[in-house]
Amino acid sequence: MKSTLLVGALLTAITTTGAFAQAIKLADVAELSGGGATVGTNWKNGIDLAIEEINAKGGVLGRKLEVTHADSQSNPGVARAQVQKALDAEPYVLLGPGYSGSVKVTAPLAAEAGITQIMGGEAAELTQAGNKFLFRTSFGQQSSMPKVAKYIHDDMKAKTVAVVWVNNDFGRGGRDVVIKELERLGSKVVADLSTEAGQADFAADVGKIKAANPDAVFVYLNEEESARILKELKRQGVTAPLMGETTLIGQKVIELAGDAANGARGHVGLTTDAPVDLIKGFRDRFSKKYNYVPDHNGLKGYLAVYMVKATTEKMGKVDPKAFADTLHGLTIKAADEPGILMDVTFDQNGDIDRQSFLVEVVDGKQVVKQVLPKVK
Amino acid sequence: MSNLFDLLVAGLATGAIYALVAVGFTLLWQTSQTINFAQGEFVMLPAFLMLAAMHVGAPFWLAIILGILLSMILLGLAFKMLLVDPMMRHGVLPLAIATMALAIGIKEAVKQFFSAEASPFPSIVPTGDITVLGHVVSLQSIGVLVVAILAVFGLTTLLNRTSLGHQMQAAAQNPTVARIIGVPVERMILLTFLINAFLVALASLLITPIYLAKFSSGEVLGQAAFIAAIVGGFNQVRGAIAGGLLIGVLDNLAAAYISTQYRAAVPMIFLIAVILFRPQGLLGRAEERTV
Repeated sequence: MKSTLLVGALLTAITTTGAFAQAIKLADVAELSGGGATVGTNWKNGIDLAIEEINAKGGVLGRKLEVTHADSQSNPGVARAQVQKALDAEPYVLLGPGYSGSVKVTAPLAAEAGITQIMGGEAAELTQAGNKFLFRTSFGQQSSMPKVAKYIHDDMKAKTVAVVWVNNDFGRGGRDVVIKELERLGSKVVADLSTEAGQADFAADVGKIKAANPDAVFVYLNEEESARILKELKRQGVTAPLMGETTLIGQKVIELAGDAANGARGHVGLTTDAPVDLIKGFRDRFSKKYNYVPDHNGLKGYLAVYMVKATTEKMGKVDPKAFADTLHGLTIKAADEPGILMDVTFDQNGDIDRQSFLVEVVDGKQVVKQVLPKVK
Repeated sequence: MSNLFDLLVAGLATGAIYALVAVGFTLLWQTSQTINFAQGEFVMLPAFLMLAAMHVGAPFWLAIILGILLSMILLGLAFKMLLVDPMMRHGVLPLAIATMALAIGIKEAVKQFFSAEASPFPSIVPTGDITVLGHVVSLQSIGVLVVAILAVFGLTTLLNRTSLGHQMQAAAQNPTVARIIGVPVERMILLTFLINAFLVALASLLITPIYLAKFSSGEVLGQAAFIAAIVGGFNQVRGAIAGGLLIGVLDNLAAAYISTQYRAAVPMIFLIAVILFRPQGLLGRAEERTV
């Protein structure tokens, strides 16, 4: 009897150890501190929530998902070192970073290792360099900025526009595309102002906007700086309508800017206020787990993991080499994989196509004004 | 040039904060030859102490009092007794390095115990605008400027017009002689640390509604105040005040009239120029060194 129990215990131990060893390992490198801490923290929490859900339902192809998180400190140099370290551990898929500048310097490393990188960066240039291992979780600027420019020109009827942007890869990429599109449509850019990441005092920048007296202001900064400039715009009494992208009207920006965020409008690829039942469900589960409402970065992290799940299940095997090939051209329907939240298609560049939203901040809340259809 | 007045007011308000923080550098240097590279983090921490008090239910006014008291205990008393005094015997350089380590420790602790994300912080000055000489100026800028000026005025009055202040200056200028004539030098040095802690808590209260409460916000502030202290004169309180105001105004004017893209470079270029042509700072006095 004793020997039977002993053999049983040993078998259990071996089986358990085997199952543990077969966990699918993901590596995440994100902005957990520094200027992008809001981005990275939301991204990380979204990833953890998705993994918890998937594992609770038996994992992917019967195997659990595991993730290691590393802090890029919002610094491209640190991100590169952390990604190299993560790749040395041979993960199935690399997740992150969220900042375009960090993605730009880390993408060649992942491509060289043949590991798929699912990231949060939105700079247009990221997916235009022919990297076959890089995928977005949200729109690139080449998709979103034409929609923004069209809204400023057609709906806001702005003949003159002030453009204020953060001087990094993210801001510069958005600025280049939006100015080109505005000019193509016939709106004149009367102020083109660069600002610094982490900048605290926007008095001079807003003074220049006031002096230019534009019909509309396009604001394209990181979240915390967006909150600061919104406060300063209100303080100096700028009444021109404000238009931005996701980073202008995110939950954290609204919380930080308070009343000053009211009236700001933006195009968002992802928002937890979207009139989509699956997104509302995500928002509830996230808020319950972390005690705050996530911004779009929480959605991005969550979707990244469900992209891994859907692609792997499509392949029917865990194959890091075949992963990118399978994801190119793949359409994932929310009816088949509810975790993907909305129907989505990935093109040959790794760019994403799905519905997007036009949002306005009303009484401290995001209100979706329009749902824009998939491009293709 | 229509908004020059607005830029000057906003620059002076920011500069007044730099001045408050820079004064701390000069006070500690004069009394104990301490360069505190955690001075920026000293400004960041009190805001979080006040937020913590509010999280457990304290009203804002009580949180302010608790925050200032805790700052004086932690950043004044404990800083002196647990770090400066033990390290001082090893010289200025090890002490400076220890304060760098302290800066990292404070930042990481705040990140760990509070959040990596920024938090809003209530303002003691009401939001809104008033009209001054035909220009609309925010109450917040005026409030920050007035409170900072009052604090600095109070400090200079204490130093120059009271017996306590004279004893502090005597202890700073020549501790040996001060001891001989009966000045309690150790107590005067401790008082300096407590005053610095009070000033950084005040700066924290004034600036956090604008900068937002974030674990990394001390980096920019500490650097700006350090530049201000060197530009004005590291061994003169009035130099630190002038340096702070100058850097605040210069930063805003550079952004408006030169380039927003290179605004961060302008104070650095100014710093280099001052070091090259007047190393003791604009209002500082040259110090002789015994070799």
